Amino acid sequence: MIAPPKPDLVTVNIDGKEIAVPKGTNVIEAARLVNVDVPHYCYHPKLTIVGNCRMCLIEMGLPAVDPATKAPIIDPATGKQKINWIPRPQIGCGTNVSPGLHVKTTSPMVKEAREGVMEFLLINHPLDCPICDQAGECKLQEQSTGYGRGYSRFIEQKNVKPKRTQLGPRVTLDDERCILCSRCIRFSKEVAKDDVLGFVDRGSYSTLTCFPGKQLANNYSLNTVDICPVGALTSTDFRFKMRVWFLKQTNSIDPESSVGANTVVWSREGQIYRVTPRRNDEVNDTWMADSGRELFKAVNAPDRLATTASIDTLVAQAAALFKANSTPGAIAVVGSGRSSVEEQFLTKQLAAALNATASTHLVSRVGQGDKLLISADRNPNVRGALVTGLISALPSQKLTALAAAIDAGKIKVVVSVGEDLAAVGLTAAQLAKVSFVYLGTHVNPTSAAAQVVLPTLSVFEKNGTFINQQFRLQKFAKAVPGPSGATDDLIVLAKLVTAASARLSSAPLAAIPSDLGSLWKLLAAEVPVLGPITYANLPETGLLLDATPFVALPFVEGETLHFKPVAPAVAVTV
Amino acid sequence: MAAPAQRRIIFQHIDEPGYSNDLACYVRNGGYEVLKKSVTRPPAELIDEVKKSGLRGRGGAGFPCGVKWGLVDRKSGKPIYLIVNADESEPGTFKDRYIMHQDPHQLIEGTMISCFANNVKQAYIYIRGEMPHGARILEKAIAEARAAGFVGKNILGTTYSCDIFVHRGAGAYICGEETGLIESLEGKRANPRIKPPYFPAVLGLYQCPTIVNNVETLCHVKYIVEHGGDAYTKVGTPNNTGTRIFCVSGHVQRPGYYEFEAGKITLGQLLYEVCGGPLPGRTFKAVIPGGSSAKILRFGERFKGKRKVGAEMVDYDWGVEDVPMDFDSLGMIGTMGGSGGVIVMDDTVNMVEALANINAFYSHESCGQCTPCREGSLWMKKITTRMVHGQARNEDAALLKSVADQIPGRTICAFGEACSWPTQSFIAKFGDEFKQYPETKKTAKPAGAHELV
Amino acid sequence: MNLQPATLQSIDEVITHYPADQKRSATLPLLHLIQEDIGYLPPETCEWVATKLGLQPINVLEVITFYPMFRQKPIGRRHIKVCRTLSCALVGGYKTCEQFEKEFNTHRGDISPDGEVTIDFVECLASCGTAPVVLIDDDLHEKVDCAKAKQLSDQIKAEAKKR
Ligand SMILES: Cc1cc2nc3c(=O)[nH]c(=O)nc-3n(C[C@H](O)[C@H](O)[C@H](O)COP(=O)(O)O)c2cc1C
Ligand code: SF4
Ligand code: SF4
Ligand code: FES
Ligand code: FES
Repeated sequence: MIAPPKPDLVTVNIDGKEIAVPKGTNVIEAARLVNVDVPHYCYHPKLTIVGNCRMCLIEMGLPAVDPATKAPIIDPATGKQKINWIPRPQIGCGTNVSPGLHVKTTSPMVKEAREGVMEFLLINHPLDCPICDQAGECKLQEQSTGYGRGYSRFIEQKNVKPKRTQLGPRVTLDDERCILCSRCIRFSKEVAKDDVLGFVDRGSYSTLTCFPGKQLANNYSLNTVDICPVGALTSTDFRFKMRVWFLKQTNSIDPESSVGANTVVWSREGQIYRVTPRRNDEVNDTWMADSGRELFKAVNAPDRLATTASIDTLVAQAAALFKANSTPGAIAVVGSGRSSVEEQFLTKQLAAALNATASTHLVSRVGQGDKLLISADRNPNVRGALVTGLISALPSQKLTALAAAIDAGKIKVVVSVGEDLAAVGLTAAQLAKVSFVYLGTHVNPTSAAAQVVLPTLSVFEKNGTFINQQFRLQKFAKAVPGPSGATDDLIVLAKLVTAASARLSSAPLAAIPSDLGSLWKLLAAEVPVLGPITYANLPETGLLLDATPFVALPFVEGETLHFKPVAPAVAVTV
Repeated sequence: MAAPAQRRIIFQHIDEPGYSNDLACYVRNGGYEVLKKSVTRPPAELIDEVKKSGLRGRGGAGFPCGVKWGLVDRKSGKPIYLIVNADESEPGTFKDRYIMHQDPHQLIEGTMISCFANNVKQAYIYIRGEMPHGARILEKAIAEARAAGFVGKNILGTTYSCDIFVHRGAGAYICGEETGLIESLEGKRANPRIKPPYFPAVLGLYQCPTIVNNVETLCHVKYIVEHGGDAYTKVGTPNNTGTRIFCVSGHVQRPGYYEFEAGKITLGQLLYEVCGGPLPGRTFKAVIPGGSSAKILRFGERFKGKRKVGAEMVDYDWGVEDVPMDFDSLGMIGTMGGSGGVIVMDDTVNMVEALANINAFYSHESCGQCTPCREGSLWMKKITTRMVHGQARNEDAALLKSVADQIPGRTICAFGEACSWPTQSFIAKFGDEFKQYPETKKTAKPAGAHELV
Repeated sequence: MNLQPATLQSIDEVITHYPADQKRSATLPLLHLIQEDIGYLPPETCEWVATKLGLQPINVLEVITFYPMFRQKPIGRRHIKVCRTLSCALVGGYKTCEQFEKEFNTHRGDISPDGEVTIDFVECLASCGTAPVVLIDDDLHEKVDCAKAKQLSDQIKAEAKKR
């Protein structure tokens, strides 16, 4: 594991609590570290600071020094250095810590300032919370209970602005709710690099707009919905489907590519409603791609594999196939870069038990990287296959070696973990020459041709870990139960390993565990870089592993957010 | 006491018969001689003269010009820019207009001296959009000066080069605020920037160190460099050195612009003697002494306190008429000298309606970035407009004050103060008139009263 | 965008006033030049200016809508801008405006029925000492009371007849 460097620290005093924080931290973040909440709207830790909402006003003071000698001035009453309090409130977002900075966040001056800002924000706001999609997540609603006046002194006509504008395929805008914080504009410009949003008109009539004739259609558009502090921007898909406070949140990982964006899966009663990004400053900041938010829809797809047979019956069928082809080298295993580290470890055990270590394959998936949060490697976990030793060289897109071995008549059975072999270069003739054991979630030509189909779970239905392009080990957790007729991949793999071992004349492997706790003990013992880690103690934002053994490999990824390839990526033609 | 005579150092040639705005006329009158001498002197010496002079900015804030130049980051290695603030938009202010239209070379000479002193290689004159002729006159004057070697490459045969371009605004008051101006000059909406970190002296135009000075300020620089900083301090009063141009408008007999030594003339002398007093049959009711943002004064009110005269503290007890027209005295009585715009209102004016007019201005001009200013300025406008054209309520005065109190000190730029001070001061000084307004409305307007909103 | 050669030339010249990597600064100058040429800023302006200066069209639209002098719709042949702010109002600015409205049988913000003028209220024109003031196209008119407003209107109408 790699420890991050120690930052330069500055000691500040917030509401009487002393704390050392890294230089360059602003007051909002420093306060967060002592559990003091400084309400804010326009500030976002991953966007430039504009200081326009004025909600984060705080009272601030600096230690007094003699202007001539620079010697500290001591307050005789306390015996401590005097603090010169600035008579007007300052913005917490735009104020960086300096040594000895004193901050008050609850003084009458601050309270009054916040109440003033809240009242101003509400006078032109529709106050239609009961029908607003943001209810429960609205920062305005949250603060108005704390700082609102509770009655309206505003008897004038409210400003009228456009309602329900479709900004793009996925985002809807209600301008009357917009508090003009400009977060969405800054996000589009600074992060998504798709500068299509802006304000038109001026003053209180300023109105958020997408340039006429353009759309907020980039693959990151839904992040604007996440960061809109009010209900002005909403997801067209999620709009009014479910009140958020009914939803359960489960931490997960976006499996779209080797970036491994951290996510939260929002579900209720076994049903997933949405996926949103989860902050990880080393990986995805607070963002994720729109495409990754759609993946959960495959969970309930009509082509989902399921079986009415018992899993043991199916495993017995597979065991029979294995037994019938016991010539060493007659069985090949096609593992998956989409499997978890744990599954890959068991896949490796399975290959060993089947005497197939020499004919173990992995399929690579390469696309265009978007330089942000989707990398060129569309497998989330090729690094896992390397670290667990399932493979020792980078995978290729076409399994030519396997095809040749089938042509040569050596291979009789192929165990495929979720891979459609027709898609990776095997001809119909080749496919017809072998028998398949297929583990997977959805129907494809290989599952259709397989002698034994073992339905398994999607990433949303199980626990596990992936190793992303940075060699960061990250975990995902089960958000919803799998469908009936599908079994956790680990159980299926463990049963297959046991069945395969039994077939061998040599001493059968000790019972292979399928629970993560026991499995991690085995993993740690066999894979040194995983050393002291367990699934349970792995931090939610993951751990960086030592990548030295693999630096020489020509990985396909180019630069993305928080990732620079060690060596220039090899050009790939897609 | 009789009013002193005008001391025209900036407006020396304004309205002078036969004086034209071309280079030949300017040179005939001794023009560009100061620049010629300046380029032979060490730049630091010129900055020193300005520091010694005590010159305070004429754009509104009265910030010492020498101090401002001292704050410029000269170590960054980035180019230093100078921007002439010719946005002149503060209601009641009309002085830069005449300099630019009638004596543009004075501004260009002052600008070039300031650029040379600060090692500036590129200057921009940001002129408000509603002065198209002014822009053309400046462009022509710059071209003349360039051709004569006063502006551009290797000026006056030296190795020093500096160009000036004219940049036109397009009708937004907030472009007068220096960081709003910079954003506008960068081709954006004129949203003022947060300070810190964006102090123009460090992170100004194109994130480079930038000096922003008012038109008149730079003309004073020319005078200071010509006569020396010490000599300049002899004009005016201590800490309020030099002259001030007062732009008087509203209900006086002779509105116009008048240049006096700062602090040597009282408001009473200015209004009664210089401007001829109120219109026939009327009396003065109120005056805004430094542009519409300045807090209003009510004739009849008195100001008492202690002030410094030389080394001594002396008591003062002033009526509005007695107040010396300088930054510090006006500051002491709770208002400001600002941009020198003196707006006079007589007894025909209803203060609710006057405030409604001002509030309409500020709500129209708020850039809309920060919540208190954006929402507060419009709310105040809606209240005062309703009072005049709809239903006026007794409680509106208290509401107005409370809304105004929620704005200043909490915004990105000083527009927050500018838009709330009128309401705060109108209510403080004329609160009764606001409370009585529901009744007043029912009665006939005084003869000669004009519609204000 | 149908711009005259002289306009195009001015556009290319004005861009050189700013550092090569800061062409965005030329946004306001370009908008002025286009408006002077065409009379207003037609919808394709945003894309055109954006392409010229290496910006996104929204950057230009944000600017056009911020500054009151830029207009996205045609106006009458002459633009009459009456100062609305305090010093002018104190001496009859509102009446001056009404006079113009009456003369041309129109309302502020509209094009007069004869297409001759558009009348607008604008904020302080920095000539408060000679209030009320009116800006007709590029020319400032001072001390415009109702009588002078009528006289100016007559002039405009007379010129219109000559056409
Ligand atoms: C809302 C607002 C409007 C302003 N308008 C002007 C203006 O029109 N002209 C001007 O010179 N300064 C104006 N200023 C002051 C400028 O921000 C700045 O202080 C000035 O240009 C500095 O020049 P000086 O030091 O020479 O006065 C304004 C300030 C504010 C807050
Ligand atoms: S839509 Fe939301 S994020 Fe965008 S400016 Fe308005 S309030 Fe802010
Ligand atoms: S105070 Fe007003 S004008 Fe200044 S930045 Fe804020 S909203 Fe804009
Ligand atoms: S969070 Fe908006 S001003 Fe600080
Ligand atoms: S108020 Fe009309 S020009 Fe100033």
